[in-house]
Amino acid sequence: MNDDHARKARELIVRMCANPEGGHLGGSMSLVEILVTLYHHVLRIDPRLPQAPDRDILLLSKGHGAIGLYAVLAERGFFPEERLASYGAPDSVFTAHPNPAVPGVEMPTGSLGHGLPLGVGFALAARLDESDRRCFVVLGDGELQEGSVWEAAMAAGAQRLDRLVAIVDRNGLQISGDTEETVGLEPLGDRWRGFGWTVREVDGHDTDQLRTALSNIPHTPGKPTVVLARTVKGKGLPYIEGQARSHYVRLTERGHRRARAAVMRGERP
Amino acid sequence: MVGEDERYVCLDSDTGLFSATSWGEAARRYLNLGIAEQNLMGVAAGLARSGRIPFVNTMATFAATRALEAVKLDIAWNDLPVRIVATHGGLSAGHLGSTHHSLEDLAIMRMLPNMTVLVPADGPATESLVRAGAELPGPVYLRLGRGATPALASREPVRIGVAQSLRRGTDVTLIATGPYPVLTAVETADELAGAGIDVAVLNMHTVKPLDQEAIVTAATRTRGIVTIEEHWAAGGLGSTVAEVVADLGVACPVRRVAVADRFAAGTGGHRHLLARNGISGATVTEQVRRLLA
Repeated sequence: MNDDHARKARELIVRMCANPEGGHLGGSMSLVEILVTLYHHVLRIDPRLPQAPDRDILLLSKGHGAIGLYAVLAERGFFPEERLASYGAPDSVFTAHPNPAVPGVEMPTGSLGHGLPLGVGFALAARLDESDRRCFVVLGDGELQEGSVWEAAMAAGAQRLDRLVAIVDRNGLQISGDTEETVGLEPLGDRWRGFGWTVREVDGHDTDQLRTALSNIPHTPGKPTVVLARTVKGKGLPYIEGQARSHYVRLTERGHRRARAAVMRGERP
Repeated sequence: MVGEDERYVCLDSDTGLFSATSWGEAARRYLNLGIAEQNLMGVAAGLARSGRIPFVNTMATFAATRALEAVKLDIAWNDLPVRIVATHGGLSAGHLGSTHHSLEDLAIMRMLPNMTVLVPADGPATESLVRAGAELPGPVYLRLGRGATPALASREPVRIGVAQSLRRGTDVTLIATGPYPVLTAVETADELAGAGIDVAVLNMHTVKPLDQEAIVTAATRTRGIVTIEEHWAAGGLGSTVAEVVADLGVACPVRRVAVADRFAAGTGGHRHLLARNGISGATVTEQVRRLLA
C-alpha cells in the first residue's frame, strides 16, 4: 500500500480548510482512501481527457466532501494543485460543493440524495450504449436518511444494474452526532441486500481492502454492488478524529501548522 | 416517436399510459421505473448527461412539487435535454381531487432557469410541440391534461415562443393557455362580438420563453388584457404577462382569470370544476366589461 497519495490529498485538504471560509474537513478526511483507491487503481479515466466517451463515471453524492475530491483530482493530475489556492476566494471555480467546471467533476452535487438516482441514469445509459463503462457513487452514511437514495437503490436492483457501484463512507457521524443515535442505519448491510444489492464491508482507510472490493465488478452478475467502507471522520488528525465537531472547520494559521504536521507524520491512532 | 431516434428514451413512473403501446425494436428504450418521482428525474438527468434524450412521464403535480429539487438541480441547472411530459395539468384530474390537481406547476417550472414551458391547447398542437420540443438543447416541461379535449378551429402553425393568434380585435385581448381556457377565450370572443365588442384572442402555448412582442402589441393596440388559465393566480400566465407589462413600462390594465388562492372549490369532473372555480365565459365576460367600463 502506498500512502503517499493519501498523505498528499490530506495535506491539500487541510490547506483549503485554512482559507478564511474554512471547509468540510471531517467528511473529506474520511473519504481520502476511498477516492485515492478509485482514482489510482479502479477508475478507467485519463486526467488529460476528462470527458473521454468511455470513461468510468464517479459521482460524489456526499457533495460536502468536495475538497476531498478536489484534492484527489489535483493529486491525480487533472489540474495543477496550485489552482486550489483559489478555494474560498470570490468567483473561485472550487466551490464548497462539487462544481462541474472543475476538470474531472461529472455533476454538481451537494443536496444529499441526488447521486444514486443520477448513477442509475448513467448506468442505464451505459447499458443502452452497450458500453462497459461503470458508474461509482460515493455516499455519506448520514445521507442514507434521504428517501431518494432508497428509491434509486430499489430501481437499480430491479433493473439489475451490475455496473453500478455505491460506496458508503461509513464514518458513523452526522452533524448532530452518531448516526445510530440520530436516525439509525443498522443493520446497513441487510438493508442493501434487501434492495437487491451485493454487499462488501471493508476498512475504508485500507486501500488494499478497498481495491479488492472495487475490483472485478460485478461481484454478482445482475446485482449492483455496495461497498460499506468503515471510516473515521477527521481521519489523519488524531485530536479531532471521530468527533462530530470536525464536520466543518476553519483552521487558524496555527491550527493549519498543527494539522499539516499531523498529516505529514501520517500517524495512525 | 421513440422508435424514430436512437437517443430517445421513454421513462415511465407506472402511469399506465403505455400498457397498450407496442414498442417494437425500441422496447429496450422504454423503462418503467416505478412510483418514485425523485429518482425518475435524477435518472433522466443521468441518461441525458450520457447523450440520451429522455421523455419522462408523470403527473404534473408530482413533477412540479414532489420531484422539484431533482428537476431544479439535476435537470435545469445542468441544462439537460430532458422532456418532462406532465399529464393531469390544472384541474383535469377532476374528481381525483387536490392531491392530483396541479395549479402550481406553471409558476414553478417557469421560475427555473433554462426551462422551456409548453402548454398545448389541443391534440394537433400537442404533436407539433412535442416534436419541436424534442429538438431543443435544454429541458422542456410539457403540460398536458388528462382526457381528450376539443380541437381548435385554427390551423395556424404552433411555433415555440410565438403566441398563436386565434382572432384579431381592437377592444380587449384575451390571452389564454391550455385547452379549456383557450376554448373559453374563443367562445367568449364570439359572444362578445355579437354584443359589438371586438376581442382579440392569443393562445399562449409557450409560457416560457414568453412572446413579449405579442404582449406589447396587445397592450398598445387594445385597451386591456384578460388572462385565462387553469392555475392559481399567483405566478402563472397572468403573473408572467403582468410582469412583462410592468417591466416594459407599457400602460395597460391586466385582469387575471385563474383559480383563487385556495384549494379548488367543489368536487366533480374537469369542466364542472373549471366553472365552479371561475374559469368560465361568464367570468371572462365580466372582466372584459369591467375593463371597458
